Amino acid sequence: MCNVCGCATAGDVHVAGAMLNTGSGRQVEVLQAMLHDNDRQAAHNRAHFAAAGVLVVNLMSSPGAGKTSLLEATIRALHGRVRIAVIEGDLETENDARRIRSTGAQAVQITTGSACHLDAGMVHGALHRLDLQEVDILFIENVGNLVCPASFDLGQHKNVVLLSVTEGDDKPEKYPVMFRAADLLAITKTDLLDAVGDFETRRALRHFRQLANPARMLRISARNGAGMDEWVGWLLGEREACRRAMASLAGD
Amino acid sequence: MHELAICQSILAQVVAIAETHGGRVKRINLSIGPLAGVEPHLLRAAFPLVAAGTACAGARLAIDTPPVRVQCNLCGVASQVRPNRLLCRVCGAWRVTVLEGEKMRIDSVDLVEMENV
Repeated sequence: MCNVCGCATAGDVHVAGAMLNTGSGRQVEVLQAMLHDNDRQAAHNRAHFAAAGVLVVNLMSSPGAGKTSLLEATIRALHGRVRIAVIEGDLETENDARRIRSTGAQAVQITTGSACHLDAGMVHGALHRLDLQEVDILFIENVGNLVCPASFDLGQHKNVVLLSVTEGDDKPEKYPVMFRAADLLAITKTDLLDAVGDFETRRALRHFRQLANPARMLRISARNGAGMDEWVGWLLGEREACRRAMASLAGD
Repeated sequence: MHELAICQSILAQVVAIAETHGGRVKRINLSIGPLAGVEPHLLRAAFPLVAAGTACAGARLAIDTPPVRVQCNLCGVASQVRPNRLLCRVCGAWRVTVLEGEKMRIDSVDLVEMENV
């Protein structure tokens, strides 16, 4: 039972299993994910999102890659068409939630203290502070970190990983676990390409493909609007696909 | 250092198993692939801190680290590869399926009777 909303959750921790006597002791077979509890909570979050018909997109990147700026530009671009809400994850401050709220969108800030990632339990606490019935797309802006957030399912439908041109085009090669998790690779701050000089999107894509990830790559500048149409088009397509999948599930 | 959070998750599951089956935990057998994003040595360093005072205190983490293996979607050959270079070793294609290397699993738990501890 979910202790916040009282809704039913999936079964309890698996405690049985094949037993093997090993002389002085016994071996119990488990074969369960190390993050079993988080995965169960993520499935529970996903059920909340399905019930409300919300597409949930998890944004991950280094600190300063432009996640909040991209969200501000996205909310402006979809104003009047799509209702957006944001769950913000940072170690400290309400700054990002305040920036999002000033666009008119709902925003909840999670401050993790010293925790380097969001987990499904934190997101569950935050989603109960939002009116999901009034939301079409929920963004989760994860803690800026190219390592830890990749290991935790939050219940999202899609992962978007941002790589800003100031970071270097070999980031996918250096942080393979994170970039393998991407359903879309967003090269951001492309207005700075000339100033940076040595970032090649072609090389970033090659490093990305070397992780066997077939996901699309988009080039976006939240500042000058380049690539925003493609980004918004991708979001609307995913929103439609999510809505169709939920409708077919409801019809079963 | 998300390994601490992962240790807490392992601990909760293994303590529940020890309570159900009785005894103390001698060894926890894990599989961690290089694509799981978890560092075995950090897990080993963090585990005693979370296990202190529980049924897992003093338990050893035995970590199997299977290498990354992919199968080419074009030529069908399976090969062992580096975690940041998941390309077919034969034809170089990036359209491959990961066969092994993503696991992050508790395989089994070795329990001993209290008097054997």
